[in-house]
Amino acid sequence: MKIRNNVALSDSGFLFNPSSGDSYSLNETGLFIVHCLQNNKSEDEIIKEVTKEYMIEKGSFEKDFYDFKKLMESFNLID
Amino acid sequence: MKNKKRYERPIIKQLNTGLMNKFGTRTEYMPVTHIDGVPVKKLIEDYGSPVFVLSERKIRENFKSAKRIFETRYPKVQFAWSYKTNYLNAVCNVYHQEGSWAEVVSIFEYKKAIQNGVSPNKILFNGPDKTNEDLILAIKNDSPIHIDHLDELYRLIELADEMHKKPRVAIRVNMDTGVYPMWDRFGFNYENGQAWDAINKIMASNKLNLIGLHCHIGTYMLAPYAYGVAANKMADLALGIKKRFNKSITYIDMGGGFASKNTLKGAAQIGADIVPEISQFAEAISTSLLNAGFETDDLPYLYLETGRALIDDAGFLLGSVISNKRLSDGRRAVIMDFGVNILFTSFWYNHKISPAQKFSHYTEDCVLYGPLCMNIDVVRENISLPPLQSGDRVVVHHVGAYNITQSMQFIALRPAVVMIDMEGTPHIIKSSETVDDVEKNERMPKHLESFKL
Repeated sequence: MKIRNNVALSDSGFLFNPSSGDSYSLNETGLFIVHCLQNNKSEDEIIKEVTKEYMIEKGSFEKDFYDFKKLMESFNLID
Repeated sequence: MKNKKRYERPIIKQLNTGLMNKFGTRTEYMPVTHIDGVPVKKLIEDYGSPVFVLSERKIRENFKSAKRIFETRYPKVQFAWSYKTNYLNAVCNVYHQEGSWAEVVSIFEYKKAIQNGVSPNKILFNGPDKTNEDLILAIKNDSPIHIDHLDELYRLIELADEMHKKPRVAIRVNMDTGVYPMWDRFGFNYENGQAWDAINKIMASNKLNLIGLHCHIGTYMLAPYAYGVAANKMADLALGIKKRFNKSITYIDMGGGFASKNTLKGAAQIGADIVPEISQFAEAISTSLLNAGFETDDLPYLYLETGRALIDDAGFLLGSVISNKRLSDGRRAVIMDFGVNILFTSFWYNHKISPAQKFSHYTEDCVLYGPLCMNIDVVRENISLPPLQSGDRVVVHHVGAYNITQSMQFIALRPAVVMIDMEGTPHIIKSSETVDDVEKNERMPKHLESFKL
């Protein structure tokens, strides 16, 4: 799972995909995950990072993470 | 160990600036964490989820305000609490304490009012279904009986004759007030002469004491002028009765139907923006009655059976998120622990729903489903809400009218109802149902008592 390297990301969670011209908005947790992806973290590492940073159990987060990943895929933001 | 941050489900939302969408714009900016000073979290912990919560303070405020609005415009006003809107005894008694009579539409409601201690001559008996037994009881009790159809009128004349009593009656009148669809199902029509026909029959029989005229022109009425038209026609009948029979009508009952601030499905604007104030209805009615031409000492009482406008915003439904999922077309679905079984009005209202805990400024377009394993169980088809996760609590607003009385014991048991008193103390006014409650009236034939699997 790797985010496209030409994607532009602002500190406030605004994401721009120059390939399609589409823009997106991320909430804090979404932004945290995209930052991890930009730092080439693996899925397991992302799960570890998020559960360390936020009040959430691994099992509960995995469900949300899977859904988030699917959405990123459907927006053609990850390879 | 460092303090962890509050988790919110990760969201990525495509931005479509300027395009219309059916989810609308974001409406919730603040969580609703307390009701009348009591934390939502505590109410759910103490009474379970879902739970209906009623604010006694708001009920009394609404009533006092409506009473003041009408009494400052018309000298003789009497409210009668519409039992069908919410007939929990505690609720009815708040209205009775405020001076409201009772308005009932069945013998079940009639008996409830009697048991609540309402003097029978202050119970207005409406409705199309009154058996001879019901009518005999009402005649004995001297309750005002509002006649709905000719069969009832003839039966009343017969019963009055048999009982050697002159029942106090009113007729229900339906009419064209310029609002469509026209409610002509109940009572006698004004325009085609049915109303006069019924009046003539009553007066000719000399067995019934015609004391009032009643109408109920519709429900969730958004046009105050329609009440002005209705009041004119009612006054015309009353003055006609005076002229023809030299009989003064004691009261004109304008029924109910004032809209609450809820938003109807399909409405272009939210209820709070388009629903008229009660003062506008009061102005239309009182102006028509005062200008109709009654003698000052012969002015009829104005009876009002206002229901939803007095209680809808005093009721809240607290619930919790069971789960959320993504549908095949990409929409987010949130499954709540309350559905159309207890939130019956979600069939026609887009209820305002607020999260009861802190949230960020991000929202998701979603569908809110109830817990029933039935496709019809949709609480909101399109709503923009902050990301909700399992266990999160929400507050549904404006649910005081018609939900508790119309809730169904279908698939799930009905929840508790709590009333928060004037001092901010919650009281259970109806316990949550148990399996025993539901099975209490069931009977098992002997041959079906046992089985082997």
